[in-house]
Amino acid sequence: MDSTTYIVAFIAIAAVATFATRVIPFLFLSRHYEHPLLLHIGRYLPAAVMALLVVVFLTRFATWTAPVFGADVLIPCMLVALLHLWRRNALLSIFVGTAVHMAIQQTHLFTS
Amino acid sequence: MSTALFRQTLPVLFGYLPLGIAFGVLFTAQLDYGWWYAPLMGITIYAGAGQILAVSLIAAGAGFLEVFVAMFVLNSRHLFYGLSLLGQFRGAGWRKLYLIFGLTDETYSVLTSRPRTGTRDKEQRNDFLITLLNQLYWVVGCAVGALLGDNVAFDSTGIEFALLALFIVLSIEQYKALGEKFPLWTGALAAAVAIALLPTAHQLIGAVLLVTSSLLVQYCWKTSNSTEQPHG
Repeated sequence: MDSTTYIVAFIAIAAVATFATRVIPFLFLSRHYEHPLLLHIGRYLPAAVMALLVVVFLTRFATWTAPVFGADVLIPCMLVALLHLWRRNALLSIFVGTAVHMAIQQTHLFTS
Repeated sequence: MSTALFRQTLPVLFGYLPLGIAFGVLFTAQLDYGWWYAPLMGITIYAGAGQILAVSLIAAGAGFLEVFVAMFVLNSRHLFYGLSLLGQFRGAGWRKLYLIFGLTDETYSVLTSRPRTGTRDKEQRNDFLITLLNQLYWVVGCAVGALLGDNVAFDSTGIEFALLALFIVLSIEQYKALGEKFPLWTGALAAAVAIALLPTAHQLIGAVLLVTSSLLVQYCWKTSNSTEQPHG
């Protein structure tokens, strides 16, 4: 598959999957929206999925070998969490954390 | 269109422009595709966290099943937005499909919190205009970011961290809304198990299945406990 076919198919699938999450309640759940199992999953799944994504991408982005031991990602992660708990400004937390991570990566702070 | 309506969308404008620009810059920095794919994704997919995750899925050449599952699960919170708007969108005719398509976190919060004084038909037309304006801000942000990333030379090494930062912020927001920590621990533990046991390509699906089944088990356990109580 060439790269244009791949990205066009990718966008189509992503669009269908996203639209599905928005249209399903209107198609199927209008009579079951008070079912306790749906309420239970709906209440807790989003939070669990966010934490899951944090762990998966944290392990993928970090450098785990010596002498870094994940500090290139763990330090900006803690900064994002503390900043967000303090100011609760999503864009500020994301911007500062990303800038610090990029600075660490580009200056080779932990590797040289 | 009234200025009052435009004013209701201002917070979304200030949120969507910078986030859309961040997505656009990330897209051109990480991928070797034309800049116009970024606004195209804003038009067809229209999901902030979803599109940012999509960049790393495209970069990894993810399989289409993983793409579908990842996007569906990441956006699964939208399932529960629709439930509270079933009545409000009733009878909106041709506009209804677009109102459902455009149901992002931000649009949902504007549509459910704004004052409604006019007739049902008039308010549904206003809902439609608000949804359209919000998507316009998002698509413009995506396009501007992608053009910037394409034309302004700067070292973008490490910019993908924005995705991780976004998920940390959303985790904290979820925790603040729920007031309970166990779903966060369940998710983190499921991810750790999946990373330990599965190859990279299947970790995301594996962790999501693990988390969903833990919630199912927990639900069954909870209901069986509460039905036993009258006897004990």
